[in-house]
Amino acid sequence: MEMTQTSSDLLFLFAACCGLLIIATLIGEVLQARLHKTKANLTVETYLTRVHSWWGMVFLFSMALLIGPVGIILLFAFCSLAALREFLTLTTKTNADHWSLIASFYLALPLQYVFIWWGEVGLFSILIPVYAFLFLPILSVLRGGDGADKNFLARISETQWGLMICVFCASHIPALVTLDIPEYGDRAPLLIAYLVFVIQMGDLMEYFAGRNLGKRKVAPAVSPKTREGIACGAAFAAGLGLLLTWMTPFSPLASMAMAVVAYLVGVGGSLVLAAIKSDRGIKNWGHLIPGQGGFVDQLDSVVFAAPVFFHVTRYFYGG
Amino acid sequence: MRRFAASIVGQLLIFVGQFITAARADWRGIEPIARQRIYYANHSSNADLPLIWTVLPAAIRRNTRAVAAADYWLKNKLRAFIGRDVFHGVLIDRRAEHRTDDPIAKIVEALDEGSSIIIFPEGGRNRSDDPLMPFKAGLYNLAQQRPEVDLVPCWIDNISHIMPTGEVIPVPLACTVTFGAPLHVQPSEDKDAFLSRASGALLELIPTRGNV
Repeated sequence: MEMTQTSSDLLFLFAACCGLLIIATLIGEVLQARLHKTKANLTVETYLTRVHSWWGMVFLFSMALLIGPVGIILLFAFCSLAALREFLTLTTKTNADHWSLIASFYLALPLQYVFIWWGEVGLFSILIPVYAFLFLPILSVLRGGDGADKNFLARISETQWGLMICVFCASHIPALVTLDIPEYGDRAPLLIAYLVFVIQMGDLMEYFAGRNLGKRKVAPAVSPKTREGIACGAAFAAGLGLLLTWMTPFSPLASMAMAVVAYLVGVGGSLVLAAIKSDRGIKNWGHLIPGQGGFVDQLDSVVFAAPVFFHVTRYFYGG
Repeated sequence: MRRFAASIVGQLLIFVGQFITAARADWRGIEPIARQRIYYANHSSNADLPLIWTVLPAAIRRNTRAVAAADYWLKNKLRAFIGRDVFHGVLIDRRAEHRTDDPIAKIVEALDEGSSIIIFPEGGRNRSDDPLMPFKAGLYNLAQQRPEVDLVPCWIDNISHIMPTGEVIPVPLACTVTFGAPLHVQPSEDKDAFLSRASGALLELIPTRGNV
């Protein structure tokens, strides 16, 4: 069987991820053996749990890729479900919202992913911002009951916000698969890997640089992120963008620019979600991913960047 | 055969519970070890019992029985099967005029057999806006008759939003059961003082959510 360009690219990517993770695992195991029974061991322990979660993610993503676009869409639909559950657990609601919550989970969420599967930009771009926005509050007001107007605006806004972040924005990650980019063929899954990669690596760089060089915090009330750290992260993302140009339909310069844009929007996203967490007095959104909290914690920056990345790509490169 | 079916249904309930609510136990005041305990919890939904059931480790679950209302669980065959065989319910009739035996004696008997007990001391589902209704005397009587057994408060969070009373379809929200530090009745303590201390210990487990 002849190997296509796409599958050899994907295979290379898979091998590269496994290679990186093997190195990360080895470093962790060696550190753990060395620091055995000291205090620093706890940090290494956390780090290793994270690496194990990354292994899980690479495994799940590879499985989804093997199934094809449907697999990727299903994978993200489940991520959306888990994220929405974490989010709506913490929002303001009363019994009057029961039907609008049911509609969010069982109607808006599946429909959004069906529209993604159909590749109908015109439908998945408006389902939640227009139809859910208008009809869920109607459900809440009609459901009524005693005190149904209590905190009404807060309730309907928070539900809508959860849907926008956890379903609408998140669904733009798998939506990349449906983009019809001339001369790019069926390589779009690489674009998802690219987006996740530049943002996560930029974050990692920001974390280390911020610890060592960081001085001026950008949002001191909610996050330790500093201007210096973010600048380093952005520079790193740009470099990575250049390096990973082969994964994209972009020119080298455009790839750098896209990486920086995605990273910066991502930083904004994680700041916004940190502010919400701090307002609700929680440290993590959930507990389902060992070592990293919940799905929202894991996806926050990527979710924010996804719609921007999707639409910029579609505008400039779409057929 | 019946026991096999019960264990299958039990596993199924656990799976559904985990899938919908990602239910999780927060062992704040005690360790999850196989020691005889009376778990007492807030009660606002029919899903409360399956939820505690779901988050208990299997070894503890096997040896735990739920105190449940006979007038609810014996209404039809399916309920009777789930209440008796799956949850190993100690079935109590809430209607005093229908009782043939002393409910407290029945529970004490279960304790003396070595089982742990799950009990909802509010005596019914809480439909008010308050987080807890006043406790019935049962918890005090139990604590007095078997003072050596740990009384463990368990706060079931969010369940009233997952399935409010009267609704049929559950919303898949996350749910946590928090287990607090055990208490015992003091020798000089009267009923009201003990019950208010017990309900206070349960209220203290409510997670804080900022301004919500």
